Amino acid sequence: MSEEPLIAVDDLEVHFPGGPRSILRRGSPPPPVRAVDGVSFEIRRGETLGLVGESGCGKSTTGLALLRLVEPTAGSVTFDGRDVRALSRRELRTLRRRVAMIFQDPYASLDPRMTVGDAITEAMVIHDLHGDGKGRRRRAGELLERVGLHPDVAERYPHEFSGGQRQRVGIARALAVEPDFIVCDEPIAALDVSIQASVMNLLAELQADLGLTYLFIAHDLAAVQHVSDRIAVMYLGRIVEQADREQLYRSPGHPYTQALLSAIPVPSPAHERERRRTLLEGDVPSPMDPPSGCRFRTRCPEVFEACGRVDPALQEVAEQHHVACLLHGEVGTEVPRSEHRDAART
Amino acid sequence: MSDQEQQPTDAPEPRGAGLEQPEIEHRPRWRETLSVLMSNRLAAVGLVVLVVMVVTAILGHRLAPYALDAQDLTRRFDPPSADHWFGTDDLGQDVFSRVVIGARSSLLVAGVSVGISMVVGTLLGLLAGYRGGWMDSTLMRTMDVLFAFPVVLLAIALVAVFGPSLRNTMLAIAVVFTPIFARVVRGSVLSVREQLYVRAVRSLGAGDLRIVLRHVLPNVAAPVLVQTSLSLAFAILTEAALSYVGVGVQPPTPAWGSMLSDAQRYMAQGWWLSVFPGLAIFVTVMSFNLLGDGLRDALDPQQRSIIEARGAGAKDGDA
Repeated sequence: MSEEPLIAVDDLEVHFPGGPRSILRRGSPPPPVRAVDGVSFEIRRGETLGLVGESGCGKSTTGLALLRLVEPTAGSVTFDGRDVRALSRRELRTLRRRVAMIFQDPYASLDPRMTVGDAITEAMVIHDLHGDGKGRRRRAGELLERVGLHPDVAERYPHEFSGGQRQRVGIARALAVEPDFIVCDEPIAALDVSIQASVMNLLAELQADLGLTYLFIAHDLAAVQHVSDRIAVMYLGRIVEQADREQLYRSPGHPYTQALLSAIPVPSPAHERERRRTLLEGDVPSPMDPPSGCRFRTRCPEVFEACGRVDPALQEVAEQHHVACLLHGEVGTEVPRSEHRDAART
Repeated sequence: MSDQEQQPTDAPEPRGAGLEQPEIEHRPRWRETLSVLMSNRLAAVGLVVLVVMVVTAILGHRLAPYALDAQDLTRRFDPPSADHWFGTDDLGQDVFSRVVIGARSSLLVAGVSVGISMVVGTLLGLLAGYRGGWMDSTLMRTMDVLFAFPVVLLAIALVAVFGPSLRNTMLAIAVVFTPIFARVVRGSVLSVREQLYVRAVRSLGAGDLRIVLRHVLPNVAAPVLVQTSLSLAFAILTEAALSYVGVGVQPPTPAWGSMLSDAQRYMAQGWWLSVFPGLAIFVTVMSFNLLGDGLRDALDPQQRSIIEARGAGAKDGDA
């Protein structure tokens, strides 16, 4: 616990411009999309942090910002003691050797005009690893074997593979740069259920063998349940709850987490019938214009008066268990009266 | 990393672990492409015809049965015969010889002008599409200005300013065609650069140059090829238009386009004057298109395996 975290994210913000200002439209330009709006977490070496939330909550953007594939607007990202936002072009390349990424869509993440062998060796060429072409091809064969594919498939093109195989190629390519840390951006969401488990097992194996650290992004809690040491739940650009895996599943502190947990089906018909489910109503509000106070209040089953007035901060409700919800005490920043919005909607 | 390799793994999968790592052979990609290209009959025909055309263009005078200045005013407008395969024109010159000799300037103009515009246009399109922002605006607005003029008018203006010559004709056509390539390429680049695989390669640490050359360029090659084969046809016709108003290839050098435009005055006296140069243009353009289509398919890995599978299936059927 006292060990330095491998990666530390502090108050990260990623805002996208809301659109061009039109000379025909008077007034201020459209507000920015606050995709990530003050996210903080730490991941220690060898650990897996699961990052969960609905689509559009900013979880993938958070992952991309760690490699500066999107530029953070504010906040800091520290990898192995270095400020990622201050890196030079050359240092950024080194960062991208130590931090790799696995993408959600294995069909789109491989160049259709490149053999998988070339795709894997290219990663080594970029960082000048494994000497010459021959050494790199041998290494590519090893990597393919490591992810459960035959080395001979190096000569094939992506379209000749199934989704699960392509994701294995994607993993082999990520390993080719010999990373310490891998951002897994919903690596199994696009795969058949029957394939999901084998890819998850592969990732777990690789972590154990190579001592990798993961940020595992997913849109449901079921997916991260088995791989994560700790879990952070995101809603509309913010982390609303963060805890150890067991703690989170045993006593979820945020109504949103409770709703997500209740959505996981139980593999027993009798239990499934009796189970009380919290169904969330309505849609996620626009990140261009989030509700004042608590962002979840428009859909929260437990909403009360203070929710529109106070923007809840993360508070420690148990050891290493943080929740941003006013049910645990009114901790947060008071919203100025002038900015109270959507009062009618709550 | 390498010592981590030696750690025991419980992975059930790795086949041949402990066996000697098989050497992954690296066969040259272009050979494979060529064999797929040749399995496409139409493309093969196109290639053969073009090779014949190019050889004709190079040998030119030596292949022609009559010299360029051979006139026989007693035999004007002779229809095609054993002596004059394509007949004779208004000056009693052998049309066949002129078509053969004209291949040189026509193919030269088409090849060089389209070659220049393809290279320059693709570079500008890549730059504009990939960089975006002010670079995009500046380049594309400049291209729009060039676009705004009718093709022939602009070419005429350019040649008129710089003086009529074969070189200036080629340059003028190149200038006129560059915006077409720039626009086609920019459009494709805009979609390719947003692809996930580009982001994935960037996440591995690739720089812009590598991304553009190794990932964006190959993926915009198909529309460029199609545009090239179309432009080659238009270049021959543009040269004809330039010749028609007297600023193209200068007489006495024959070119298919100028022969065609000369011939229209003598439509009534002899159909062969226009038909044969027209056929030469048609066959050349057709071959460019067939080859272009075949090349596009042969360069696309997905198409390639479809073609290969079909070829294998046909072979099985024969057996």
